[in-house]
Amino acid sequence: MRIFDPHIHMTSRTTDDYEAMHAAGVRALVEPSFWLGQPRTSPASFLDYFDSLLGWEPFRAAQYGIAHHCTLALNPKEANDPRCVPVLDELPRYLVKDQVVAVGEIGYDSMTPAEDTALARQLQLAADHELPALVHTPHRDKLAGLRRTLDVVRESALPPDRVLVDHLNETTVKEAKDGGCWLGFSVYPDTKMDEERMVEVLREYGPERILVNSAADWGRSDPLKTRKVGDALLEAGFTEDDVDQVLWRNPVAFYGLSGRLHLEVAGTDATHEGNSILRGTPVTDAATREA
Amino acid sequence: MTHFPDASAASSDTPSAPSSTSAVEPVSALRARLNSQLDSAARAWLDRALDEAAAHPGTHGPISAWELRIAEAGRRCGPEHADTARILLLHAARADADALGRVYRQGTAAERRAVLYALPHLMPGPDALPIVEDALRTNDTRLVAAAVGPYAARHLDAHNWRHAVLKCLFTGVPIDAVADLPHRARADAELARMLGDYADERSAAGRPVPDDLHRVLALTEPGSDAPTASAPSPHPGTPSGKES
Repeated sequence: MRIFDPHIHMTSRTTDDYEAMHAAGVRALVEPSFWLGQPRTSPASFLDYFDSLLGWEPFRAAQYGIAHHCTLALNPKEANDPRCVPVLDELPRYLVKDQVVAVGEIGYDSMTPAEDTALARQLQLAADHELPALVHTPHRDKLAGLRRTLDVVRESALPPDRVLVDHLNETTVKEAKDGGCWLGFSVYPDTKMDEERMVEVLREYGPERILVNSAADWGRSDPLKTRKVGDALLEAGFTEDDVDQVLWRNPVAFYGLSGRLHLEVAGTDATHEGNSILRGTPVTDAATREA
Repeated sequence: MTHFPDASAASSDTPSAPSSTSAVEPVSALRARLNSQLDSAARAWLDRALDEAAAHPGTHGPISAWELRIAEAGRRCGPEHADTARILLLHAARADADALGRVYRQGTAAERRAVLYALPHLMPGPDALPIVEDALRTNDTRLVAAAVGPYAARHLDAHNWRHAVLKCLFTGVPIDAVADLPHRARADAELARMLGDYADERSAAGRPVPDDLHRVLALTEPGSDAPTASAPSPHPGTPSGKES
């Protein structure tokens, strides 16, 4: 089973996770920029974070045979802090980078006027840079948040078929689908969606334009949820082709809209020679230890 | 264990492929080789981008057009040709130490690597050494390997150069990435000491000593034809300056 996790925050995860993800079939992922748990207080810390998503994190991923791309944006929560908002002026020079495959996560947290402004402005940035957008839907007041999101998308220069609306559930999937967007579902141990409910959603709506992600981060979450959904789908009678469409071809199609997806990793980049993540242990040691 | 990149394939495709000498391939040869490898659409894009960079170098607006072309070179020319395309763009824009520093600082890891490869083509003096030193502080082996090329061989001081060699051994960067290694290592007693200590540490831990370590250690022997200019500094840590 080949898996593309279209939303996972690897900065918050360990190399054990990378290893387990590769073993489970994950060969590609997209890491959206987001809130780090601890609020930032200046654009400079965003820039270091963006640099990390374009530098160190893809290097870590490549060491485990996983292609790493990212989406960059000012996240909804921090769009409310005037100290952080100037990062919007820095985004244009980042959105031209080869590994940036969308603007995101953008969207609503508390549905404030500051969030309205940041969302509209960043949808325009996506249109300007010929990128799709990853739009987070709020955890609180979700249905109202989804409707307001769809309104802002309709008023934007970005067509809905270049928008992935994420963190959907049974109460929001229909309107998001009718709105013409791509449909993202985050599967979590306790909150958001779970495997069985995901099976039911796919039974009702079919695999077209549906993406499943683990959204794993620094909270209670599981980077292997994509695989667990794949297993649950097969057990429920879906075909391997259905599973491949949801877990691989749909994310490839959506992020491929950027024209910047490059899915070959280990063995093709001849300069990925070392293994510094093993803190000084040469590659041959790792091979011996794990053989 | 199949998913770790093959260490033996290191850097074989890179434009100014690290070698044991500090000879630098002329930019015209790089361009000719890249032209023969690109398809017509990519070649047309690169021709336009190089003309634009030559006509409008320097800084203008929030981000100069030639710097945008550097950012998008990977998807326009293919990731395997991005290093060379970026070197050509930096050359066409006549990037000086300030411009190289800015492109490096604002670059992805791939762009940073290209700046490191560009240094021997663009910088006659040591002004860009802070870029090399930054790359040598990282743990990204793509950057470490690119940092120990001909520019470092010419300009890096003895202390930092020895640590760069040790870091290559430590992180699994093939020692062939270090430019001008035989010349700089010859009769370097301090490097020999560091290598010996590292070998002892590996042995004490029950771990194998990398083959490359023995190769470098052999190179530190004072050869009969050792040029006097490569004699070790009497004061370890003082800059050795330009040796070749």
